[in-house]
This record gives sequence, C-alpha cells and structure tokens, in this order.
Amino acid sequence: MSELNELYQQMILDHNRRPRNFRAIEAPSRVQEGYNPLCGDRLTLYVTLDGDIVADVAFQGSGCAISKASASLMTEALKGKRVDEARALFDRFHRMITTPPDQPVEDLGKLSVLAGVREFPTRVKCASLAWHTMKTAVADETAGPVTTE
Amino acid sequence: MTAGAAGPRVAPYDVARVRGEFPILAQRVHGQPLVYLDNAATTQKPRAVLDALRTYYETANANVHRGVHTLSERATAGFEGARQTVARFLHAAEPREIIFTRNATEGVNLVAQTFGRQRVGAGDEVLVTAMEHHSNIVPWQMLCESAGARLRVVPIDDEGALRMDELRRLIGPRTKIVAVSQLSNALGTINPVAEIIAIAHEAGAAVLVDGAQAAYHMPVDVQALDCDFYVCTGHKLYGPTGIGVLYGKAAHLEAMPPYQGGGDMIASVTFEKTTYNVIPAKFEAGTPNIAGAIGLAAGLDYMTAIGMDRIQAHEQELLEYGTAALAAVPGLRLIGTAPRKASILSFVIDGIHPHDIGTIVDREGVAIRTGHHCAQPVMERFGVPATARASLALYNTREDIDRLVASLHTVHEVFG
Repeated sequence: MSELNELYQQMILDHNRRPRNFRAIEAPSRVQEGYNPLCGDRLTLYVTLDGDIVADVAFQGSGCAISKASASLMTEALKGKRVDEARALFDRFHRMITTPPDQPVEDLGKLSVLAGVREFPTRVKCASLAWHTMKTAVADETAGPVTTE
Repeated sequence: MTAGAAGPRVAPYDVARVRGEFPILAQRVHGQPLVYLDNAATTQKPRAVLDALRTYYETANANVHRGVHTLSERATAGFEGARQTVARFLHAAEPREIIFTRNATEGVNLVAQTFGRQRVGAGDEVLVTAMEHHSNIVPWQMLCESAGARLRVVPIDDEGALRMDELRRLIGPRTKIVAVSQLSNALGTINPVAEIIAIAHEAGAAVLVDGAQAAYHMPVDVQALDCDFYVCTGHKLYGPTGIGVLYGKAAHLEAMPPYQGGGDMIASVTFEKTTYNVIPAKFEAGTPNIAGAIGLAAGLDYMTAIGMDRIQAHEQELLEYGTAALAAVPGLRLIGTAPRKASILSFVIDGIHPHDIGTIVDREGVAIRTGHHCAQPVMERFGVPATARASLALYNTREDIDRLVASLHTVHEVFG
C-alpha cells in the first residue's frame, strides 16, 4: 500500500478531480495534440506566447489520474517561464520520473509528487505525456501529433 | 437423487486439482497470491504443455518433411499428429483443412490476401461487425482499399448484442465475405454464428469466423457451423505463443493461390516455373513452428480430457457469480451485458480511469487488462476511452472473483 499511497498522493487526486487550466485557449500561439496509444490517453495543449514567455497554457482531454494531474501541475509550473526554461524543465522532470527508485532525485517542488511514478514503470508514459506534448509545442517547428511510443 | 436419474456419473469439477497443474499460478505478486484474470489476452500453460515442449526438444527436434533420419521422422509425426488433433478439436472433415499459422491474425490476413483477392472486386462489399478485434477489421480494410470494395459494419445494441435485423439488411448480392467473431474479446458477447453463416450463404457470401476467444470457452464444430474459414490462436488455447490455426474448407483452400512462397509449399521448382504443393503444405512456406504445433496439441488434449462442456459450465457459473459480485461494487458499470455471454467482465467505475484501477488491483496481486482491448470502435460505441476487463479461464475460482472485488474496494479507498 505504501507505494500506492506514494503514487496516488492527495495532491495528485486533487488535480485529477479538479484539473487546473483545464480549458481551451482561443487563438493560442501553439496547439499540440498528445496521444498515448497504450491506454488511449489524449490531450490537447494550448500555449500563448508573449515573446519568449509562456503567458498562458491550458489543456483539455481525457486520461488517467496520473496523466491528468501531471498535465495540470505542468500548466501551473510553466506560466511565466521563458521557453528555454520550459524546455529545461522538461529535461529535469523527465530525469526525475525515469531515475531508478533507489537513487536520489532533484526536488522539483510541487512536481515532486509525481516522483512516485518511478515505482510503476508502466505508468511513466502517463506522467510524461503532457510534457512530451509541451516540448513539441514550444519547439521551433511543430510536427504532427505527439505519441508516447 | 439416484445415479440412474442423473445419467452417467461425472466427477465434480475439481478446480483445485486443475490449478495444481499450472505452475505459474502458485506464485505471489506484490506479496499476494496471484489472481490471474487476463485470460482473454493469453492463458497460462498446464504442465502437460510445458512437458510436451521440453520432450519434443529433448527427444525429437529436427526439421519436418525433409530428412529420412529418425529424428526427422519423429518431428514430422509429432507435427502432423498435432494437425490431426486440431482437426478433431475443431471437428474439421480432414486434417488437410488445418493450416498452421503464427496466430489468428495471420489466419485472417491469409484469407483476405488470397481468397479475398480472388473473390472481392470493385464495388463489392465485405461485412464485419462493430464488435470486432482490430485483427478482424484491418486486414479487410486493406483488402477493400486495394480492390476498390466497401467495408460495411453491422452495428451492436446498447447491451453489446449484434443487431441481427441490421445484419439481414446489410447482406446483399454485393456481399462477398462476412467476417465475424464468435465471442467478442471486449464485451463477451456470443454471436449466433450458425445463423449468420446460413444468412450469408443464402446471399452467396463466404464467412470467416474469428474464434480466437471462443475456442477455449466452448465446443467448436466447424462442420456443424458450416463456416468457410475459422481462425484461432494457440496461446489462448493453453498452448504456446507463435502458433495459430486457420481452418478452411478443402475446396476453398485448393482453389486459393499461395500466401507466401518458399520451401515446403512447392512440388517442384525451376527458374521457368514452380508447381505448388497440395494443401495444407501450399500455405505453410518455410520451416513451421514445429514445437508450437506440438505444444498446441497438448493444450487441446488437456482441455479435451477435462471436457469442453464441463469447462464451459464451470466458466459460465463463474461468469454469473462475477456479474452479480461486480454489480455490487459502488459506481461500477458493466460494458457488455448481452443475453448470451461468456467469460468476459468488462467494466468502468465512475470517475476512476481504468488504467488507475489496473495499477491498484495489480498491487493486490490481481492481474486484469485495462485499455481499449484492440477494439477501439467498441470503446467509441459505448462512449468510454477504455475499460477494465477481467476474463475467466478453466482454473479461475469464486475466490478469484472475491479477491478482484476486494481490490476494487481498495481502488475506492485510494481515490477516496
């Protein structure tokens, strides 16, 4: 049970129930689809850029608690960040959730609640879907839909 | 009750003894005794199958249909003996109507790319149902695309039963092939395939029955059904992976072109002309999965020794028990409640994604499948992105169902 409680912490359950920035943005600078074919999770990420600052970011879609909470927490973390900071945060987050569970990881503040996913290798893709989608959204040239495959 | 009134005396179904024959079931997962309820994905293997594979490799391994040496004769006898076992199991008229494939999917593709290319032309139609596995949709889509034909789909009702009125309406003079599952992997619906076959034949269409799910849950008689083709897969029949079966009526198989070229499928080869072998060899190019076929036959023998009728009765009783038990779980909705069902309990729980359910019950040692079950059109029909699915086999027990239900209460606890 302890690993389960580590995964499904209150903050994750709360963001699953009441995802933040769960809406569409009209006329966004970037729109990107993300899809996890393993479980069917889908999301659409909207980003408004002001110069190279993420002025607004929001998402819509359906998915498991982990993917929804991860997307919700990500939108909170990104607002006001520069695009290069957003990309760097992708790398730090990705490192956190893919580091073996017996090794220490960087403290990423609220995002650290998702570190519990390391005990559940099949769920890492759920936690990373929104992040991969964001990375593509803020890349210089946007490609087709992002999948976690 | 006297023994005379009850008919011949049959020993009660001894599920504890059955379980003892499956070594993998004895283990613990996350500290809990394993409850394996993902049988629709693949079944576990009894010792008889594991022993058959080992014995083959230890005493008979050689290539088939080639050497005159003793081991090659043994391997050939084992492989062709397996074909006879499959023919008996499916009640085919002759063993040469049994083609060994990699899996059920390859059987569908073989028929689509040979029989299908011969039969289906521009403006023709292929009919499938809304509950098919992707493996019984995509090969037909590919055929229709290349032939300029149209894929039509028989809808299902809110319980997950096939709309037979729509099927009758959709079958017409342009329908060349009807492809239908006998038992839906996502819903558990049993389709009235004998009736469908009769309707299709009346309209001049041939029928392929996807028996991947059905063949390990109920007796199958391809002659009584009068189907043109029947596909199934070894790893769900308590046999190994990588071996499947295509049954086809001999007259069809003889008229069909080969699927793949190579060794074994030829009678003679020159650079000017190749003469193809007779069936079944014509459809088995290259060295086949010899051990797989022998292991599959051991799985079929294992089921036959218990009795398909008894297996079916045991699983049906469990399905009814499970249906009632799951109905009592708060917020749970069964997806697939057709009047005729077998072995599959597909469900969703309000506000909790199936993937989260799957992770939490796994920590209690309970293995279920979560996702779209390679049947995305079914998920769309019921307006869900995915379901959780418990699927039964001959070794499952009421205790397994009770453990599943208890683990679903844990899901509720975690999600508050």
